[in-house]
Amino acid sequence: MILLQIIISGLLLGAIYALFSSGLTLIWGMMNVINFAHGEFVMIGMYVAFLIVTFLHGGPLAFGPAAAIVLFLLGIAVYFGLIRAIMRGPMIAQILSTFGLALLLRYLAFWLFSANFKTLPEDLIPGVLNVGGILIGMPQLVAGMAALALTLGMHLVLTRTALGSQLLAVAEDRQAATLMGIRPDRMQALAWGVSAAGAGVAGALIATFYYIVPTVGESLALIAFVVVAFGGFGSVPGALAAGLIIGVIQSLSAYWFGPVYKDVIVYALFVAILWIRPQGLMGKV
Amino acid sequence: MRWLGPAGAALLIVYPFILTGPFYERMGADLLLAAIAASAWNIVGGYAGQISVGHAMFFGAGAYAPLLVYTRWQLPPLAGVPLGIAVSLVMAAVIGMPSFRLRGHYFSMATIAAAELVRIVVGNWDFVGAAIGLMGPPVARTVLDLSFRSAVPYYYLFLVVLIVLLGMTWLLERGRMGYYWRAIQAGERAARSLGVPARRYKLYALMLSATFTSLAGSLYALMVGFIDPESGFGILVSVEMIITAALGGVGTLFGPLIGAIILVPLKTATNSAFGGGGSGLTYILYGGIILLLARFEPGGLLELWFRLTARRRAPEPLEARHAA
Repeated sequence: MILLQIIISGLLLGAIYALFSSGLTLIWGMMNVINFAHGEFVMIGMYVAFLIVTFLHGGPLAFGPAAAIVLFLLGIAVYFGLIRAIMRGPMIAQILSTFGLALLLRYLAFWLFSANFKTLPEDLIPGVLNVGGILIGMPQLVAGMAALALTLGMHLVLTRTALGSQLLAVAEDRQAATLMGIRPDRMQALAWGVSAAGAGVAGALIATFYYIVPTVGESLALIAFVVVAFGGFGSVPGALAAGLIIGVIQSLSAYWFGPVYKDVIVYALFVAILWIRPQGLMGKV
Repeated sequence: MRWLGPAGAALLIVYPFILTGPFYERMGADLLLAAIAASAWNIVGGYAGQISVGHAMFFGAGAYAPLLVYTRWQLPPLAGVPLGIAVSLVMAAVIGMPSFRLRGHYFSMATIAAAELVRIVVGNWDFVGAAIGLMGPPVARTVLDLSFRSAVPYYYLFLVVLIVLLGMTWLLERGRMGYYWRAIQAGERAARSLGVPARRYKLYALMLSATFTSLAGSLYALMVGFIDPESGFGILVSVEMIITAALGGVGTLFGPLIGAIILVPLKTATNSAFGGGGSGLTYILYGGIILLLARFEPGGLLELWFRLTARRRAPEPLEARHAA
């Protein structure tokens, strides 16, 4: 019974991992750029939630969309201010630019909010669900289900709408898409906005039951790397499957080996994937 | 500008006689150490063009090994230096062999994950001091302990190591190895098609880089006499190597040294102006510098300098490097 409870909480956490990792994989698949500041986008989403709860006394329905809007705008600003230029630059510029951005955002948060752990009030989403002896906290349940819905929604928008097709067309072949009358610049900006917004919402969701601290982005970004590598670069369904699996692996290893080892197991898995199946579960090289 | 090199070298040799006192002596030693670490990173990150974000794992291994052999077996810390290098080489092989088969960003992600993995394991492993870390000998038992009160002996030790490292890099840069690395950096696929064994030479670069980064870690531990998971394996250790090399100019012989000459005094100044809590501000500055460099001047200050002073000499155009 306890095992089932751990697996369920792992799946709920994994859904949130899937949500912010699918943004990372979208950018990677589209532009061949890894955003090292992606974890910081999640972190900013957490602080948006914290600020709205603390100063405006808003609930999840207020800070979820707020985080999405703030991060969407930030993502677009980052694209036009930074990414568009470094795409034409050498490889080192591509890696260092988002890495520098990550440091800047992380330590700005450090400076603004201090290094102290913050949490949202526990009664924000009150209650514990009891299903035949399996206890699930309401915050985890609501956040996990919302993340799952949003990830699936992102996948549907990408595959079933005209806008999504245009986005994927740019990812597939930029030049051909241009010939079809699609403006790749706009699509790439949109992808950065959507990717950042997904990270922001994931941050706001995870903040309902997780501690908020400026350096949280580092470990979350690493989890996203593992999810993306595991699920295959550029694949949203891959990220969803991998996110859920990583969530369960983390929960189980925290239970079996102790909480400090949950990240160790995941990082070790990353190195192992590198050796065994570098293209990921569903990806192509 | 021919006098610039010899003048700089002379200045480095007499520095401890010009700026005396513990504060400046320590800053000088820190500067040289940063230059050693960044020059070591530069071999794989600059010359071979494989951006590692996890060099802290080599630095930390190098820093832990001397203090570990002292703490556990009362050996002189110096005996741990080869141990640190051996461990670093194993880690370099484990990360490099699979990830060098893959495209660029993969290596960056793998190194960052591996370094974090090592940091967490070390932080929870009692044998290596867990979260508390390790201490060196409080007082020198023999001269072999290399424990001096003043920073000046360390300064000259570091200077010798830096000269050896730069001399070796200079030799390699001019030989077959250097040409292969530059070919890989300019375009791996093209290099392969011309018969450059890219994977093998990337691995050589990583191994060599890991060796000297580990040595830099050992020197740090010998001077400071204390190491904990964050100062050995923390991500900021890797960050400092990268930004130091990138500021001066990646893939250039003196770029990392120039980066250190600018950054270490800057860091010392911000830390002493804003206190311990100012370290946050230091890294805001670091992040901003990396960001602006990548956006506007990815070749670093040396390239900017060359462009401004000697247009006729026409340094390798930037476009050639990322044609691939």
